[in-house]
Amino acid sequence: MSWLRNPWGRPRWLALITGVYVLWAIVPVLLAIAFAFNAGRSRTTWQGFSFRWFTGETGSVLHDPALRDALEHTLLLAVICVAIAVPLGVALALGLQRWRGRGSGSVNSLMLLPLVTPEIVMGVALLLLFLRIFPSIGLGTEAQAIGQVTFSLSYVVVIVRGRLVSIGPEYEEAAADLGAPPRDQLSRVLLPLLAPAIVASAAVAFAISLDDFVVTQYLSSDASTTTVSMLLYSNARGAPTPGLNAIATVGLAFTLATLTAAFLVYRRFAGGQEATSLATLEV
Amino acid sequence: MGGSRWTWRLLALPGVVWLSLFFLVAFYAVVAVAFGNQDTLSQPVPFWNPLDWNVGYVWATLKNVWHGGPFLTVSLRTIEFVAIAVLLSLVIGYPVAYFTARHAGRWKGVVLLALILPLWINYLMRMLAWINLLAPDGIGTDVLHAVGIEKLFISLGLLDQAGGWLSGQSTTVILALVYGYIPFFILPLFVAIDRIDQRQIEAARDLGASPLSAFLRVTLPLSVPGILAGAVLISLPMFGDYYTADLVSASTRTNMIGNQIDEFMRQGSEKVTGAALTLLLSAFLLILMFYYLRTTRQAGTSAQTT
Repeated sequence: MSWLRNPWGRPRWLALITGVYVLWAIVPVLLAIAFAFNAGRSRTTWQGFSFRWFTGETGSVLHDPALRDALEHTLLLAVICVAIAVPLGVALALGLQRWRGRGSGSVNSLMLLPLVTPEIVMGVALLLLFLRIFPSIGLGTEAQAIGQVTFSLSYVVVIVRGRLVSIGPEYEEAAADLGAPPRDQLSRVLLPLLAPAIVASAAVAFAISLDDFVVTQYLSSDASTTTVSMLLYSNARGAPTPGLNAIATVGLAFTLATLTAAFLVYRRFAGGQEATSLATLEV
Repeated sequence: MGGSRWTWRLLALPGVVWLSLFFLVAFYAVVAVAFGNQDTLSQPVPFWNPLDWNVGYVWATLKNVWHGGPFLTVSLRTIEFVAIAVLLSLVIGYPVAYFTARHAGRWKGVVLLALILPLWINYLMRMLAWINLLAPDGIGTDVLHAVGIEKLFISLGLLDQAGGWLSGQSTTVILALVYGYIPFFILPLFVAIDRIDQRQIEAARDLGASPLSAFLRVTLPLSVPGILAGAVLISLPMFGDYYTADLVSASTRTNMIGNQIDEFMRQGSEKVTGAALTLLLSAFLLILMFYYLRTTRQAGTSAQTT
């Protein structure tokens, strides 16, 4: 604690900057959450505490058709996205990790590209794909799900592969030495060892899907395929009620609950160090 | 294990097919539309065969930029916004990342959690929070007025009028970009500074370097890769951003290239020009993307060997 001896040294003002930054990053969102519980229609003046924007008769997340449908559609897409992206990604991670030689380098780059491509480029590309190449799929729920899978896939691969690297090849080699065919090495050795990473990647894919905006918006067809993010985008500047804050709050609750559960599972089965590195890696 | 080699490739196959179809072929659709034509209803007619390509639209877009047309204005504004936002992110983010990595002590875990948390809050919700705050009657507007920042910004020419934060202000758009993307900058920077071997700094101090010169000549150069990675990581999505400007400004005065593409693709009927702009933007960003991929892969291999 050198700054105790030299109170005007660097760390004290560094601590101040960090503190102010954290407040700046978090407090506006906390205020937005607080106003979801406002008893009145204002999002700027506090008029008392109430749950009316969550469960009230009119304009609430539970009873307003637009809000409720958007939430349902968002969750539906997230479930589909996880159901497709996780098996696809786990298989790709296993394949990439053990596949050495020709082709693996380019497949690896192909897998990483969606992580660095600006979303608007992917949105435009998928929009034109579904309009011009697969008009039979067209825009709507299927297209939105496909789009979300395409970029969540890379996150699943990165997470699962990180775990593959840390468990090393010894276990499956031992299984192979004992005469297990590749299928058994996979189902009886690798997959159980990978379980925490699979849970974590499912949670991350779920959260990414919930929060996605650009690709989901580009591939939506009409009001029935509106998600929470799209609702926030189109209503934030209009004459919105705290109902908008309420639905954003519900979405946030889903995201954080999912990630916290996955983090705890991961820490329980794969060790705290790895869980922390997973959390910092996940951007 | 001759036979099992194919097992692994077979496992990778569905994912490879998926990415080829919905990433590579999809991107080729942009190319085919940009080098295509449009029908009488202004709907895009893609030309799939490169031999048939019509360079007219891409050429017209390039000429628009070259001759100082509206696309040049929008492109320069985008570069300006992104450059300032990245610079501000560095100025704010470096001390935060540095403190968390080196001086947070037993608070490190908590601070780190606070740095990660915004990443998992819906971007649109974080913008909604500021729209609430910066509305003419919002709490944020009141606070900025009370502490004199509003007056300061007006006198510096950074704000047109009192309470007008959300009406077409470049300042608000840039600050919103910083707010939106800075968590993605701080985290890789934190990792880079955290990885610096403490003994290198101690060695510099033992050899007589002052704390400041040890920082300038050891810590700072060693954190440059982290700074670059973070800068690339946030500039890529910023270059394609349209929703931030839309939400906090809602004026064409602050249009970025993303807004231009969005207007052509989703709202208007000039999809061919939109595809041409998307193609040019991608070409521009390709350098950044490959730089980032190369460094992450190098970091990945070095992490595996240590």
